[in-house]
Amino acid sequence: MKLTIKYFGMLAEITECTEETITFSEDTVSELLKMLLAKYPALEKKEFQVAQNQTLVSEDTQILNSEIVLLPPFAGG
Amino acid sequence: MNKERKPKAVFIEGAISAEFIGNSIAKHQTKTTIGAHDIFLGQVRADIIDGKTIKAIEYTAYEEMANEKFHEIREATFKKFNLTCMHIYHSLGKVNAGEICLFVFVSSPRRVEVFNAIEYLVNTIKEQVPIFGKEIFEDQSHQWKVNS
Repeated sequence: MKLTIKYFGMLAEITECTEETITFSEDTVSELLKMLLAKYPALEKKEFQVAQNQTLVSEDTQILNSEIVLLPPFAGG
Repeated sequence: MNKERKPKAVFIEGAISAEFIGNSIAKHQTKTTIGAHDIFLGQVRADIIDGKTIKAIEYTAYEEMANEKFHEIREATFKKFNLTCMHIYHSLGKVNAGEICLFVFVSSPRRVEVFNAIEYLVNTIKEQVPIFGKEIFEDQSHQWKVNS
C-alpha cells in the first residue's frame, strides 16, 4: 500500500522533508521503522513516537491507515 | 454534567497578548457563580546555552492530533474537578523571549478546585500534546526544546 509519512521538528531536519509517500508491503509499525531507519540512519539516535489515526501506537501495531506520523518529544508550553 | 462540549480553538498565531488575556478575564464578570479564577501563563525564557542566548521559540504542532488531545484533556479536567469554565490557548509560530506562549484559565465557585485543576491541566498539556519548539538563538542557530 501507499503510505504518507509525516515528520515533525528535529525529525524533519533529518529526513529533509515534512511529508513523503512510500510503498509499504509489510505489516507492522516495527517493519515500517526498519525501512525508515535504513533510509535515514540518523533517526536511530533520535527519540520519537509513532501516531496512526492521531493516536500513539506501539511497534507491534498493525499499519491500517495511509497516514503515519513520526513525533519527536513533546515540548508545549 | 454530561453536557457534550464542542472542540474549541486553542492555537493562536504568534504571542498571546496581555490585552487578549485581560479581555478574557473581563468576559467572566457576568458569570457570577464564579468565586475563584486561576491563570497559568507560560513565558518564553531567554536561556543562555554555551554562551548563546535564546531569542525566540518557533512552535509547530501536529495540529489534528493536538486539537483532539486538547479536547480530551478538557473533558477529563471537567470530569475531575468542579469547574465553571476553562480556556486554553497555545501559540504557534514565533514567540519572542519575554512573550506569552501558553494561557490556561480555569474558574470555579471555590478556590481549591482551581488550584488543583490548573496544575493538572498544565502538566497534562505538556505531557500529552504534540507541540514542538525550535529554540532560536541570537545568531539564528537553533536547538529543539525539551520539556523538563
